[in-house]
Amino acid sequence: MQRVVVLGGGVGGTLAANLIARKLKRAIARQEARVAVVDATGRHTYQPGYMYIAMGNERPERLVRSEKSLLDGNVDLVVDKIAGIDVKEQSVALASGETLPYDQLVIATGSRIMPELIDDFDTEAHHFYTPGAAARLRTALDAFKGGRIVIGIAGIPYKCPPAPLEVAFLIESELRERGLRDKTEITFLSPINRAFTIESVSEMAAPILEQKGIHLELLAGIAQIDAERKVAITDAFEEHPYDLLIVVPPHKGAQMLIDSGLAPKSGWLPTDRHTLQVKTVAKPAPGQADEDIPRYANIHALGDTTDLPLSKAGSTAHFEAPIVAERVAAGIEGRKPSGKHADYTGKVMCFFEVGDGKGTLLQFDYEHPPRPPKPNKIWHLGKTVFNKTYWHTVPRGRV
Amino acid sequence: MTEVTTPQITTTLDGRGSFCPGPLMELIRGMREAEVGDVLAVLSSDKGSKTDIPKWIEKAGHNLIGVFTRDGYDEIIVEKVR
Repeated sequence: MQRVVVLGGGVGGTLAANLIARKLKRAIARQEARVAVVDATGRHTYQPGYMYIAMGNERPERLVRSEKSLLDGNVDLVVDKIAGIDVKEQSVALASGETLPYDQLVIATGSRIMPELIDDFDTEAHHFYTPGAAARLRTALDAFKGGRIVIGIAGIPYKCPPAPLEVAFLIESELRERGLRDKTEITFLSPINRAFTIESVSEMAAPILEQKGIHLELLAGIAQIDAERKVAITDAFEEHPYDLLIVVPPHKGAQMLIDSGLAPKSGWLPTDRHTLQVKTVAKPAPGQADEDIPRYANIHALGDTTDLPLSKAGSTAHFEAPIVAERVAAGIEGRKPSGKHADYTGKVMCFFEVGDGKGTLLQFDYEHPPRPPKPNKIWHLGKTVFNKTYWHTVPRGRV
Repeated sequence: MTEVTTPQITTTLDGRGSFCPGPLMELIRGMREAEVGDVLAVLSSDKGSKTDIPKWIEKAGHNLIGVFTRDGYDEIIVEKVR
């Protein structure tokens, strides 16, 4: 019996498990293989919807489904917290005390927000990375009557890179509609030397910021909040006073990966950019060449979990899952991975809202940077339709 | 040949192989953990670092000691001033 264990029931874990079960259908029927997903909650949340709770057009209950309802009938679901991974024993320890042995392991434990790393974050800063925080931001926006809005980022990488820019654009549109725009100063603090990490997207976004009168400050990652003076302080010690503060909280990978010795302090799991195999060294020695680091043949990672220089977004996991599925199935069947899903090319595709009912599309891979089309209503509509149909498409591998 | 004398480096942050803004983020993290007076070296193979990192150092008011081109990467040395 070959055992496939998938850690995490987010986009990556769910889709990878379903695709693996499909590829191993015959082996599963012959009881030669089993596929199990381990998830702490047993609930699957559509996290891109959180931003829309803050923007007033989504409800939290519409963003959650039972994980079991999204899994192929041949995938077992284990609802338990993951305590650790023992790569020597090839087993996963669960919080309940149970141990799950594996022949093939898929790690899709995602990222976690760490607002506690910044003092007074919870009382001063709004964000949209949980349904509760997004709802509180909505309440604050409803009560807002004008003043200074500061939107910033406390560390890279974070989930859904376009989101803070999208929020700036959408809030600006909303305030214009509510007749509050001329009473409001909006500042966008970018932690890097341009508006967005990808140059071509930055070139598209910067003129839109300017056109909308949103002040852009560069090299201004948020490091501290002075609650008494209502000032956001950047890592370059510059101060930005606010009446309403919106900050992308610091993010890290799963603590369990750090504790298991697989990931460095950041928690992002060292992963091969093409094979998606996990590397055997959490932190390379200074100057150690990447190609000299062996990969685990039977451990793959995808989605936010990895340290790859790609968007931490469901879309990344979505396009990585077929590669993981092909490689895991090949490992079980004792063959070489083949076909168009043998290696990951870095493909990511996501919609980008610019406000006023318009959007654009970012599509790229390792070799081709995005060339976003001129924002229009079609791409905004595309995002709306995608969000509504997600449950029937992505987790089941239909798109 | 002249070799610029640099103060003793307290911490070296190896950002080689990571893309923009990886090395800059490494430096910002390193600066938070360092003491005033510490000298940090960032190694980067990303071309953008040579301009972006000195700009951030200037903005943050730290002391840029130098940008040195090494074999296949750049070494940016900075003293934490505040």
